[in-house]
Amino acid sequence: MALSKKTKEAFLGPLNVNNPILVQILGICSALAVTVQLKPALVMGISVTIIVALSNVVVSLIRNSIPARIRIIIQLVVVAALVTIVSEVLKAFAYDVAMQLSVYLGLIITNCILMGRLEAFAMSNNVVDSLLDGLGNGFGYAWILVVVAFVRELFGAGTLLGYQIIPQSWYVANGGFYENCGMMLMPAMALILVGCIIWAHRAINDKEAK
Amino acid sequence: MKLNTNSNVYTIVYATVMVIIVAVLLAVVNQGLKSRQDANRRLDVQKQILTALNVDYSKADPAALYEEYVKEDEWDGKPVYYATIDGANYTVLPLKGQGLWGGIWGFIALEDDLNTVYGINFGHESETPGLGGEIVTEKFRSRFFGKHIKDGEGNLRSIAVLKEGKRAEEGQEQVDAWAGATITSTGVNDMLANSLSAYADFLNQIPAAGVEELLNDNEEEE
Repeated sequence: MALSKKTKEAFLGPLNVNNPILVQILGICSALAVTVQLKPALVMGISVTIIVALSNVVVSLIRNSIPARIRIIIQLVVVAALVTIVSEVLKAFAYDVAMQLSVYLGLIITNCILMGRLEAFAMSNNVVDSLLDGLGNGFGYAWILVVVAFVRELFGAGTLLGYQIIPQSWYVANGGFYENCGMMLMPAMALILVGCIIWAHRAINDKEAK
Repeated sequence: MKLNTNSNVYTIVYATVMVIIVAVLLAVVNQGLKSRQDANRRLDVQKQILTALNVDYSKADPAALYEEYVKEDEWDGKPVYYATIDGANYTVLPLKGQGLWGGIWGFIALEDDLNTVYGINFGHESETPGLGGEIVTEKFRSRFFGKHIKDGEGNLRSIAVLKEGKRAEEGQEQVDAWAGATITSTGVNDMLANSLSAYADFLNQIPAAGVEELLNDNEEEE
């Protein structure tokens, strides 16, 4: 099955040239909050991907029947209902994960990427394109989170996914030369890292455009 | 016939139908999963109590271990848990407090002198991962093991959680706070003080078996 250019663009665009965090600067707040460690960042990335894809599909299905004046409220109801269902299902089948994510899950409702995609894409495109757009934006969001969390956990705590990476013998406390960078654990550092990624991203893409 | 999706009637009917569908859907999901969620919640509390008792449940069924070791009881309307492990008796009390971003809680297991901390466990709603969230780790919990919640005269003093280098008041034992998590550590300090003082009368009844031990302990310290 050959995909049209537009369909491909819906999925691939948000991964790079139209990335929700790097280019549209959306969803920054949660990128700061959940990137101290790799694990919550991964789970948050997956949760957002699932919810943005599903809500894109639902809104796209009913897009022609939604009254224009209350469309934002309808979108919000769809997102809120999906987030509630996902959190209930997690509590029933993956209690530990649900406890870890408690606040972040609720925060997905207010993630600007969701409302942005629903309003800008799902309201005017068919179901398949909307699904791909949702998946693309979810992954585009997730990989930035993972990169930022990777750097912050590695240099802030010397671990990855909770496993010690920097050898214990390197630490000053054990007679070595190394000390964890406490700055990495501060929210400000996430903003600085995202800034660095945006810088590199623009530099590379501008060169290609020329 | 094409519906006018911009008319008032359509908008109101649409909103009403939408709300009813979503409400029914959420209610069905909630009721359908309720028993599983309650079971999970119960199991979670049981696991926390087992952790406070330093019982490793990773290779066994936690519910069965709990059943075997722990008896639930009440004192003055508040929950108290008694545990017998390998012939030794422990009393477990719940803790409840406030961290930086949300609630924190825990269970403290005391030896049968109702003074020495045998084990402790913490949980939190939303403390910062890597900072306040680290209070759940073995590294932080183990700082409390073997500490005493009473002073030499048997008065309840709780345990102070203080920044490295600071000294607790005379007669109170202390542990180091988690570096970088000042407010969460203060929350743990207050949680211990408040939750234990709610059980003050309970803790002040020195059990017969514990008296001798208490006296011996004091002599050693002097």
